[in-house]
Amino acid sequence: MGKIIKDDVSIVISGEAGQGIQTIEKFLTRILKEEGFNVFATKEYMSRIRGGDNSTELRISSKKVRSYVDKIDILIPLTLSSIKHLKNRIDNKTIILIDKDSINYEGDNVVHIPIESDAKEIGNKIFSNTIAVGIILGLFGLQKNSIKEYMEKLFSKKSEEIINKNINAAEKGYEYGKNFYDENKIKIDIKKDEKVKNHILINGAEAVALGCIYGGCDSIFSYPMTPGTGVLLSLAEYSNDFDILVEQAEDEIAAINMAIGGWYAGARSMITTSGGGFALMTEGISLAGMIDSPVVAHIAQRPGPATGLPTRTAQEDLNLVLYAGHGEFERVIYAPGSLEEAFYLAKKSFETADKYQIPVFILTDQYFVDSYYNTEEFILEKDKITKNIVKTDIDYKRYKINDKPISPRGVPSFGEGIVVVDSDEHDEAGHITENLDLRVKLNERRLNKIKELRKNALLPELIGVNSYETLVISWGSNKNVVKEAVENIEHHKISQLHFNQLYPLPEKAKDYLKKAHKIICVENNATGQFAELIKKELDIKIENKILKYDGVVFSSEGLIEKIKELI
Amino acid sequence: MTGKINIFQCENEKELDIAWCPGCGNFPIQNIIKKALSEIEGLNPQNCVLVSGIGQAAKMPHYIKINAFNGLHGRSLPVATAIKSVNPHLTVISESGEGDMYGEGGNHFIHTIRRNPDITNIVHDNMIYGLTKGQASPTTQIGMKTPVQVNGVILKPFNPIAVALSMGATFIARGFSGDIEFTVELIKQAIKHKGYALVDIFQPCVTFNKINTFKWFKENSYKLDENYDPSNKMKAYEIAHDESKYALGIIYQSNERTSFESQLNIFKKEKTPLYERYHDLDKLEKFINAKK
Repeated sequence: MGKIIKDDVSIVISGEAGQGIQTIEKFLTRILKEEGFNVFATKEYMSRIRGGDNSTELRISSKKVRSYVDKIDILIPLTLSSIKHLKNRIDNKTIILIDKDSINYEGDNVVHIPIESDAKEIGNKIFSNTIAVGIILGLFGLQKNSIKEYMEKLFSKKSEEIINKNINAAEKGYEYGKNFYDENKIKIDIKKDEKVKNHILINGAEAVALGCIYGGCDSIFSYPMTPGTGVLLSLAEYSNDFDILVEQAEDEIAAINMAIGGWYAGARSMITTSGGGFALMTEGISLAGMIDSPVVAHIAQRPGPATGLPTRTAQEDLNLVLYAGHGEFERVIYAPGSLEEAFYLAKKSFETADKYQIPVFILTDQYFVDSYYNTEEFILEKDKITKNIVKTDIDYKRYKINDKPISPRGVPSFGEGIVVVDSDEHDEAGHITENLDLRVKLNERRLNKIKELRKNALLPELIGVNSYETLVISWGSNKNVVKEAVENIEHHKISQLHFNQLYPLPEKAKDYLKKAHKIICVENNATGQFAELIKKELDIKIENKILKYDGVVFSSEGLIEKIKELI
Repeated sequence: MTGKINIFQCENEKELDIAWCPGCGNFPIQNIIKKALSEIEGLNPQNCVLVSGIGQAAKMPHYIKINAFNGLHGRSLPVATAIKSVNPHLTVISESGEGDMYGEGGNHFIHTIRRNPDITNIVHDNMIYGLTKGQASPTTQIGMKTPVQVNGVILKPFNPIAVALSMGATFIARGFSGDIEFTVELIKQAIKHKGYALVDIFQPCVTFNKINTFKWFKENSYKLDENYDPSNKMKAYEIAHDESKYALGIIYQSNERTSFESQLNIFKKEKTPLYERYHDLDKLEKFINAKK
């Protein structure tokens, strides 16, 4: 047997929760990126703390790599049941590196490596994951001396004994891998790119969190809920360096009300959650609508209804976010498709919320927040952010009616005036009223924000040729997988149209859609929620939809097949 | 105070279309709050915020000149907590009825006490739902018949004093709308107290509660005497659980806890409110570059 994997490799490590699969993912992405390889990693896991079948996919490519594939070139299973869990993705080309002494599994491409017994020899079964890291690095043909350096760096906070044992484990694994490499038995041949060394390596949750800091976020109030928690953790990690107030609320209802209270007193506040938690917040969103309060909400979607599949991915909550809150008021929904978009849109969310005094949503999903890849560093404009807060005078009225669509926002103790807001319909001063003429005026002002919002809505991005006949629509996290699929379809008249603002939609988006003979909308849900929204907003009916709702993201091969069936 | 206009009084007070019934206990409480605020040196409508929820009591911010956040039913405590936490220079009062605070907002009541922000929590307690027209409230007494509880209330009344004590509140008082001077003093003490302070105020509902009337409250309550030691927690428990006659006054007070916001890291280096601050973007750039 001899196998050389060229230009693109998918490596999957699988096992139980608690076996250190995440550590393998973290170490390999970091080391390979530092070596100059384009890397991508995504995980799928069960909703439990220990046990179960989890896996992480690492894709390394000679080109930029930013999406998931079903195929597995190399599988390192740490349990038998995790092989069964992945059976639909294992084919006759998959090489399985396995410790046959501990895992009783036979097959054509099974290669025995005594991972577990070597780990025990070093001192503990737990070193298996470091051995696995070493094997992979050997298969890439890395220099031997670099292994020790990386281990010292990655374990720098641990004791000398732990560092040495891990060096020992990694080198042991490396020897196996390097022998396969040298003998051309199994060899990974991927081109490096020097530019990658200067890239940053982060995941979606971190990109959102960093963008929020860039947007001036100074407080986050949340109740933990997978997969929205990543943003909370990331902001907590930075909270002492940037003086960010991070408060874990008693429930989601408290969280959204705290965030709105924060904005009332002038702090830029946000929440992060998932669909179920957000459902509890909807009355708060309506409150923001009524009192013209900015608020930023990050929602990482997962499959529902109810508790659904807590750790899996979906794009099922667009309608929830679009219609959340009783009564009529405006909002903006952004859905980043890349780490870069997440960073800049998170910042923009704070600007938009503050400027228009509305709730703004950052809609992501489990796949997006948990996926890593190397990307160009973010460029920061260093100008002070604009805070749309006015110093109040003695006659200040929060909802003064004039010809402007937005009434200037004062905050308590900044100026001579007082700031009154009310969830009841209110008069210009913010006090409760049942003056119905005034009600009509204030309601119209709240709703008239749509004009400016639509005018300033982000245009969708056309990826591919202008002379398309078929247009494949993506929104949010599907951007990169649709891009890879469309690029790999040998058809010169197909392009992609990616939306990272879902509501409101700009009128101009219609021009792209009208030009197409065939439109295909790709969504991680069962009902085509965005296709429906396009119909409502732009009056264009989309006949072709590729929908997936099994809790797993689209794979590029799977999508290529589905698109081909439709063109 | 005679002849001097209270700075917390609305300029248009005479023209206010107040939504309360004639004779409502909310009127004296309105006077109590205005008086208490004006008698504390340094407080003014600009540096105080009155946060309320929903109900007749929660309409108070519309009849006092003060920064106000009249939010959602049951949700005034989280809002008040956040306001105090992003700008600790403000004096923050969270005020609503017992249905709002102990029913709809019960979870926030518990956890706000645990959190211990330096806010004053005023609860109008008339043992009935007024605005929704006479259903049982969390403190309605067993046996009272209402249009919903047609066979009489069977749930045990909520005991806010005992709950607050158990959760670790460090200022717990009960006032009575019929005793203005007495209750003004309680609220002044509550505002000055560092940390969460509960003032439950008994008040009659003249329209829907024909049992717990002004006279009933008079007959079924007593003032703690001068020798009462509010720092004695066990004694406070005893009083809190004595439902034969309700104690009025400061039932418990201690300085055993520090306030939530004073422990926040964001105020360790500087005290400026968050709205005056900007993130250091060079530092952010450095953190992003560290991800290389």
